Amino acid sequence: MSEAPAGTGPGGAAPDVVKTQELFVSAAPHLAAGRSTRWIMFQVVAALMPLLIASTVFYGFRAILLTVFTVAGCLVAEAIANAIRGRSQASLGDGSAVVTGMILAFSLPPALNFYMAVIGGAVAISLAKAIFGGLGHNLFNPAMVGRAFLMVCFPAAMGVWSEPAIVFEGMALAAVDGVTMATPLQAAVDRMPGLAAMFVGQVGGSLGETSALAALLGGLYLVLRGVADWRPVVGTLAGAMIVAFIAHWAAPQTYEGPGFHLFAGAMMFGAFFIATDYVGAPITPAGRWIFGFGVGGLVMVIRLFGAYPEGFMFAILIMNAMTPLIERVTVPTPFGGHVVTN
Amino acid sequence: MADGKVSDFTQFREGVVDNNPVLVQLLGMCPALAVSNTLENAIVMGGAATFVVVMSNLVTSLLRHQIKPHVRILIFTLTISTFVTIADLFLRAHLFDVSRKLGPFVPLIIVNCMIISRAEVVAIRNGLKRSLADAFGIGVGFTLALSVVGVIREILGSGTLLNYPVTPAAFEPHLWIIMVLPPGAFLTLGVIIGIVNYVRQRDRKGGAA
Repeated sequence: MSEAPAGTGPGGAAPDVVKTQELFVSAAPHLAAGRSTRWIMFQVVAALMPLLIASTVFYGFRAILLTVFTVAGCLVAEAIANAIRGRSQASLGDGSAVVTGMILAFSLPPALNFYMAVIGGAVAISLAKAIFGGLGHNLFNPAMVGRAFLMVCFPAAMGVWSEPAIVFEGMALAAVDGVTMATPLQAAVDRMPGLAAMFVGQVGGSLGETSALAALLGGLYLVLRGVADWRPVVGTLAGAMIVAFIAHWAAPQTYEGPGFHLFAGAMMFGAFFIATDYVGAPITPAGRWIFGFGVGGLVMVIRLFGAYPEGFMFAILIMNAMTPLIERVTVPTPFGGHVVTN
Repeated sequence: MADGKVSDFTQFREGVVDNNPVLVQLLGMCPALAVSNTLENAIVMGGAATFVVVMSNLVTSLLRHQIKPHVRILIFTLTISTFVTIADLFLRAHLFDVSRKLGPFVPLIIVNCMIISRAEVVAIRNGLKRSLADAFGIGVGFTLALSVVGVIREILGSGTLLNYPVTPAAFEPHLWIIMVLPPGAFLTLGVIIGIVNYVRQRDRKGGAA
């Protein structure tokens, strides 16, 4: 905790000390919370563990290997970027690349080639993060950029959805066998798996999409520890629910209800782990609400009307692009009112 | 501006390396992005642009004492569009398939800043030899830049080079489809320009020290 890299968080020693006569005045944050980038990142890694365990249960050892390969791709790219920029390799240890790699891995289909996973991780760090200046400077969520790259690059491999290897007794399901999309939206309604099955993880999907329960467990831990802000989470889920409800109300035959969409696909995983990204989301509280609503609404619009079965990646990237605008219109009033200038 | 001391060969080399239209001046980006998906397209596009810039510089340089300053842009544009039309019709007659793949990008050479800038910067105030050296340099530089992008995109995206397969058949399902698509052009060109900038900065630092 004491080894926070300068400038990355309030935990480290104040980077700029200005000597003014006899007094030392340091730059702004004077109260340290004792939290470093490293601490936060490893909290996220810990929170991702239920998902890793769940995906290993459903897809076997391959899930762990896939995660290892994406993380390795991220770390190698980070090391190369540091070397090119002549920086210390300290950022390898802060865990941010590990988190990017894990989130990327959990958004990939289980049967993906390992070398593609490495490429995804390397692209995520090099093109989405290092090029913009490293941690905290990226405009877009690196893991989602990595996934978008793989999606456009290897559309065939990215569309292969394995079925979970383990089917629990009594969990319903004639339904599991046919539906192997990220979200079973295009399947006939009568073959739709039960909500409970989708919640626990009986429907094929990306590693992190499969079990909404595991995502919920890890996500709640993050929110309760105060690592992740609850506003984008609630905003995302609420935004999605509203759109899903309206669609279902307007055409119940065509569109599934909000409950289905809550547990299908990457909704839980994305709301807790992707929409709460510190860098790509607005910093103002009101802005985070807007960001969340926007993500949730866009996910549903893409799911219901788009060509792709799942829309979390594009929703996050679009809202990342909106973030500067959202921040501009949600500047909070400072205590005592705005400063009036003539 | 080219002063008298610079040799014609230096002028040529400037266009290819230090002043490369695509990689350094960032001109002509539109064709560099749009038709660099195969080496064949890149070479034909580069050839057409080279022909136009050479002919335009030739005519402009010969007419430089007759052209009144206030109508020079008009003259440049007319000259360039004449030769672009010739190039376009030639490609349609003799290389129909490639011409169809290049689509509107051959006619669009007319509005390529790279070419009019050579007329404005060099040909209007220099003799024939210097203007031609400059035009060939720019043309070769443009073709080379497009070809580098084209080679990378064709090998990764289609597994071929000049339409001959170069990767093993087993590579087929692993082709980087993104490279055939527009994002591949942006990524490839961006990375190449990044490398070029890195090398130039390093050289500049090395020269100063």
